[in-house]
Amino acid sequence: MSEIDTSKLPQGGKGFMHDFAADQTTFKGVPWGKAMMWIFLLSDTFIFSCFLISLMTARASTVAEWPYPSEVFGLTMFGVEVPLLLIAIMTFVLITSSGTMALAVKYGYERNRKMCGYLILATAVGGLTFVGMQAFEWSKLIFHDGVRPWGNPFGAEQFGAFFFMVTGFHGTHVSIGVIFLFIYARKTLRGDFDTGRRGYFTSMKSDYKAIEILGLYWHFVDLVWVFIFAFFYLW
Amino acid sequence: MEQNSKKTETHSIGVYLWIWGLLFVFSAFSYMVDWYNFQGLLRWSLIIFFMLVKAGLIMAIFMHLYWERWAIVNVLLWPMTAIMVFVGIMVAESEYTFFTRALYFVMGG
Repeated sequence: MSEIDTSKLPQGGKGFMHDFAADQTTFKGVPWGKAMMWIFLLSDTFIFSCFLISLMTARASTVAEWPYPSEVFGLTMFGVEVPLLLIAIMTFVLITSSGTMALAVKYGYERNRKMCGYLILATAVGGLTFVGMQAFEWSKLIFHDGVRPWGNPFGAEQFGAFFFMVTGFHGTHVSIGVIFLFIYARKTLRGDFDTGRRGYFTSMKSDYKAIEILGLYWHFVDLVWVFIFAFFYLW
Repeated sequence: MEQNSKKTETHSIGVYLWIWGLLFVFSAFSYMVDWYNFQGLLRWSLIIFFMLVKAGLIMAIFMHLYWERWAIVNVLLWPMTAIMVFVGIMVAESEYTFFTRALYFVMGG
């Protein structure tokens, strides 16, 4: 793709009109892979929105008492009841991994192979920690508390179904992200983006823009957690 | 490929570290809402406020939307109004369902 110097084009609202009136590429200066990732993330936003909106609908329309997440997800540490402790730690772990990913994208653009690779690796480890804690949370709720999709000892029966659906779908996204982070950490550290080595799956050359696209996905996973944390755990 | 990546803007590391720190602080604030057990309207407005601030920071800085051209920013943000409309519809729907359930399940019709 020939690169467009977007600094010479109109900016802001005029740029919006200019880009949409153009007879060629609308998203000027945006690599196609990045545009496609954004479109995918937009569709994913709609899926997660549907989950959270149905959570709202179920919770607002049930006459049974909705379980209080603060107590359901509380942990007893050294004899003290701490509300939402595990969830809070998971939130901080995910934000930390989002920060390392943002730095990895920055170093990718500076063609700093080692910093970029190791920061992606750190992001992957953070993601893995998150999934591990989620597995702990799930097994505690399933085996210790006896929460099932059709019922639970705390209150409204829909609670379990929404818990497994919402956090499960998000956890799947994190797991897929972790797999790709490990793959791209290896590709980066091996120098694929410097030597123009062709990818195993696509047989195409790639460059550090791939890291930004991977970063978009990872930040989105963090973004979704912000909403799940607010609407499922805190509300 | 060489001149491509030279042209793309990079930002100083300070910007990312600042946003990273702010995300930590706002996450701590939203956890505090639960810790101090705020209830009712105060709880809900604080939760939504911190959530929107965090989402905005992640999208604007970490996902670079602040530096993107308006064409893609508008394509990504306008569909959110459809979600808000959907939320409005389902609020009305769930209130009606709750009303009928209260009427027939609890009061017995």
